[in-house]
Amino acid sequence: MHLVVCAKQIPDPETPPSAFRIDSATNKVVPAQGIAPVLSQFDGIAAEAALRIKEANAGSKVTVISLGADSAAAAIKQVLAMGADEGVLLNDPAFEDGDSYTTAKTLASAIKKLGDVDAVFCGRQAADWDMGQVGLLIAEELGWPVSIIAKSVGQDASGLTIQRVVDDGFENVAMPLPGVVTVSNEFGEPRYPKLPQIMAAAKKTVTQWKTDDLGLAASEVGAAGSRLKLEKLSTPPRGVAVEIMPGDTPAEQAAALVAKLRADHVI
Amino acid sequence: MARNILVVGELVGGQPTPTTLELVSGAAGLAAGGNVSVTLLGTGATAAAAACGGAGTAYASDDAGYDTFRAEQWLPAVEAALDQANPDLVLISQSTPGRELGPRLAHRRNTAVAMDCTSIVDEGGAFKATRPAFGGNAVATYGFATTPAMATVRAKSFEIAGGAGPSSTVALPGAGESRTNVTGHEQVVAEGLQITDASVVVSGGRGLGAAEGFEMVEALANAIGSDKAAVGASRAAVDLGWYPPSQQVGLTGKVVTPNVYFAIAISGASQHLAGCSGSKVIVAVNRDADANIFNVAKYGIVGDYKTIVPAIIEELKKG
Ligand SMILES: Cc1cc2nc3c(=O)[nH]c(=O)nc-3n(C[C@H](O)[C@H](O)[C@H](O)COP(=O)(O)OP(=O)(O)OC[C@H]3O[C@@H](n4cnc5c(N)ncnc54)[C@H](O)[C@@H]3O)c2cc1C
Repeated sequence: MHLVVCAKQIPDPETPPSAFRIDSATNKVVPAQGIAPVLSQFDGIAAEAALRIKEANAGSKVTVISLGADSAAAAIKQVLAMGADEGVLLNDPAFEDGDSYTTAKTLASAIKKLGDVDAVFCGRQAADWDMGQVGLLIAEELGWPVSIIAKSVGQDASGLTIQRVVDDGFENVAMPLPGVVTVSNEFGEPRYPKLPQIMAAAKKTVTQWKTDDLGLAASEVGAAGSRLKLEKLSTPPRGVAVEIMPGDTPAEQAAALVAKLRADHVI
Repeated sequence: MARNILVVGELVGGQPTPTTLELVSGAAGLAAGGNVSVTLLGTGATAAAAACGGAGTAYASDDAGYDTFRAEQWLPAVEAALDQANPDLVLISQSTPGRELGPRLAHRRNTAVAMDCTSIVDEGGAFKATRPAFGGNAVATYGFATTPAMATVRAKSFEIAGGAGPSSTVALPGAGESRTNVTGHEQVVAEGLQITDASVVVSGGRGLGAAEGFEMVEALANAIGSDKAAVGASRAAVDLGWYPPSQQVGLTGKVVTPNVYFAIAISGASQHLAGCSGSKVIVAVNRDADANIFNVAKYGIVGDYKTIVPAIIEELKKG
């Protein structure tokens, strides 16, 4: 089988709120000093799901695709170190500042160019913009079925068997291939590459494709092709000053708290 | 300017979900005299339409084939409603169905959807959608280059205003085929009061140290009253297997807006706050006085939850 993992490099979502800055003139996040960008966590988990399917099917391969600038090669290398076979970076200034639609269209064009893909694995959402659209839109672009927010991904004769997280619990889904699946953190932790694998991945060449290579026009991708227009990005107003409950003992602090809550008529 | 707005409704137990009613009310407020319509699919849909106060038209199918959500069955029905209602704006719940319908419907209509929005406004004839981004560290406002504008909307973003239900109901076709098939469903939501409805939510985090820590969290909820308080958890606690994912509060969990939210041994990461910052009062119990949760809490106790929580329970029992 040929499995594709879509991987995105993002500002570290664990950046403390105090270090998080926005440039309001450009509506962009200012990279936090000394905090390196990371592979979006859900994409690492999607890679883990794909690698397990690869390992269960002799002769399979995993290709990791990222849309991003030069630095995004690091996200590709990380998935290669985990055990993916090939990496493709979709890197073109024309791709910049796109929306979910142009991102998915560009990724889907690359998947079509690969040609023989059986399944695409994405994270449930990129942990920066948190839209949760790209996997679904890739499926629509390709005309494939899709199942989202997977907790586990298995296989049977007719395709993938997916357990996914739904509002009131879990749901089991059977999906024929080719298809797209998006993976959630409930799946579990991705494998941790060891040093020899990291070194081997560092030596691998990452294929680079631009707009022309994908048969796309510059007007269809990035900011030019996007349908959703970011007009304002700001930091939310910070909250109230906390009132720390007085008292020398837990009993005194608890009494102060309960009195406050009763005075507020909230319990 | 009068605007036509279509709400993609959802049913639970044959009744419109609270978010469906919120969206219909929100749409009525934004329509400025235009038509508000709602789609309802599944057993009881036609009868349930009457509850959608503020909508002029309902598009409904009572086909039980829609009861289990499969996007590929819902999409043609919702598209049939769009063809007739010709909306300027489509509102969808940020829910299990909505997360999947939003992007796929937008793609099929050659337009875009903004996900997980907390506010939609009409700015001089153009809809703007506002939503948290970067795990709640940022707020983003979007405009739309294409029509209709579409948004999935968080629970409790609009107030239910009530009013007269639809004056006409248009029948939608029954359920067709789906390539994906639902082969099983396991309900794990706690019985009784849901965290999204409770007036008090008591949540525990990784700082509880072990799954057993939730016994104390549950005891606090019980002391407040099992008819009022429900138990939630941080993702760290859920990932450790201490509590079910259905109880997770936050960006990738549930959004709760109780009168009081207790964060017990939770650090207050932005992704957690994304699910509880709409609470009236946040109470933080944490042994680290510098924990971020104290930046959003109204009341705080700095200390070990193992001694603080039993003391709060004792105090509540005094009545
Ligand atoms: C894309 C994305 C989505 C996410 N979605 C969510 C989400 O939906 N919900 C969510 O919760 N998180 C989410 N997270 C994770 C989030 O970033 C945090 O990692 C998580 O919320 C931390 O959980 P915690 O506060 O329980 O654990 P920690 O951050 O480890 O905090 C534990 C706290 O317990 C305190 N403590 C320890 N022992 C005691 C004691 N004995 N008494 C009192 N206090 C004690 C510590 O001081 C600490 O503040 C998401 C992350 C990403 C990247």
